[in-house]
Amino acid sequence: MVTLKPSESYVRKLVEEKVRIDGRNFDQFREIKIETGVIENAEGSARVRIGNTMVIAGIKADVHEPYPDTPNEGFIVVDCEMVPFASPEYEPGPPSPESVELARVVDRGIRESGSINTEKLCLIPGELVWGIHIDLHVLDNDGNLIDAAALAAIAALLTAKLPLYDPDTKKAVYGKHGEKLPMKDRPVEVTIGKIGTTLMIDTNAEEEAALDARITIATNEDGNICAIQKGGNGYFTTNELEAAVDLAIAKGAELRAMLPSL
Amino acid sequence: MSKKVGAPEALIVDGKRLDGRSPNEFRPINIEIGTLKRANGSAEFRFGNTYALAGVMGPRPFHPKALQDPQRSIVRVNYAMAPFSTKERSKPGKSRRSTEISKVINEALANVIFAEDYPRTGIDLFLVILQADASTRCAALNAASLALADAGVPIRDLVVSCSVGKVDGTLILDVAGLEDNFGDVDMAVATIANQDKIVLLQMDGIITKEEFMTLIDMAKKGCGQIYDMMKAKLYEKYVATPAEEGA
Repeated sequence: MVTLKPSESYVRKLVEEKVRIDGRNFDQFREIKIETGVIENAEGSARVRIGNTMVIAGIKADVHEPYPDTPNEGFIVVDCEMVPFASPEYEPGPPSPESVELARVVDRGIRESGSINTEKLCLIPGELVWGIHIDLHVLDNDGNLIDAAALAAIAALLTAKLPLYDPDTKKAVYGKHGEKLPMKDRPVEVTIGKIGTTLMIDTNAEEEAALDARITIATNEDGNICAIQKGGNGYFTTNELEAAVDLAIAKGAELRAMLPSL
Repeated sequence: MSKKVGAPEALIVDGKRLDGRSPNEFRPINIEIGTLKRANGSAEFRFGNTYALAGVMGPRPFHPKALQDPQRSIVRVNYAMAPFSTKERSKPGKSRRSTEISKVINEALANVIFAEDYPRTGIDLFLVILQADASTRCAALNAASLALADAGVPIRDLVVSCSVGKVDGTLILDVAGLEDNFGDVDMAVATIANQDKIVLLQMDGIITKEEFMTLIDMAKKGCGQIYDMMKAKLYEKYVATPAEEGA
């Protein structure tokens, strides 16, 4: 027998009655706040709050050798740290599978949408390129971390400025900001949760404890899909997937409207 | 996006793919069940050159004892690529990619395993990619389902998986070889048997909603075909043929 924690069964019971535990509509986000430029030492940064959830994204750029298959392009690296004070369930140590998945799903949205013109990040073809490190810090987890982290990442990227490059030392000169990052698109991610047969966006921590499955859909400026990740133990039917895609496109446009322009 | 180094001129020529397949065609599929002797259950699954081997250990007492779940078996999935499985040697050990794939495969299988029948135990699934030529997570998941069945772990039905994608503007089944490196879209899908229940879904690349719905449909049909093949193999191994049964 599977036993439910009290809040879990309560959330499920409410959803059956078409009510959310905090009274929102199923297609309604909590209040979203995006602040950019919150970390002066970072090339770009953003703090995103969705309800009580808080994630900070910081961008650092460094001079690297290119990857062999893309000798004339810069690259991005996304890492995620779930700071132990963000949730009683977190513990210090190596990244958990959840943390790895979050970083990789955010990475795919940014990468697959072609949001960064990586060819413009080439310093010396075949030799030196800019490596863009996107570090996500989850500071407070009240659910929907992926959407918050993806939003923080793109907001930070849109406002980031590269350090200066010193051709003599072949190193970055920090503290002096150069050009803006060559951004081409503004991908956003919307995660749709499923409890019973009900789909909802922006699940909070109580809802996530009761979740059957979730699906994260990244969309680009054109309203097309650029990455998908299903998570959780349950399943989606084809009709549910179609409804989720529609939600992700519509809600993604709302999120994009809150971002700095290209 | 710029063409990557080594990209071919075209991935589809005269309606045929580089390996001669039509868009909606699988590579040759090979299935072997019970190939390992010490594991409680095992299976091999191949899509062409992609070669996955799965072994199930358990249900067995879970250690450390303090972490046992008094209500259910703890299922752990470990997906790994053999260092010799790729053209350039893959670094052994855990990577972020393997961590993520292990997680989504575990979540897909959670839909069918009766974990609550085996409290305080662990079921360990070790999935090894012996040779990689795209769609490795799909092959690994199919092998895992068969290994669970071979081990006699009670499951509701088989989880089956295949990949779909888009190359040169064409929607294709069973992404392979250069299509994986240079295609536009790669999507892994798994369903429970031939039901409309999608338990694994990962996609990279830009597509419209309409293309996505078409790909889902192609993947579901593909999964249905694999399900029939996997079931036939299990029957072959464990059940007398209809003629022998006198049916």
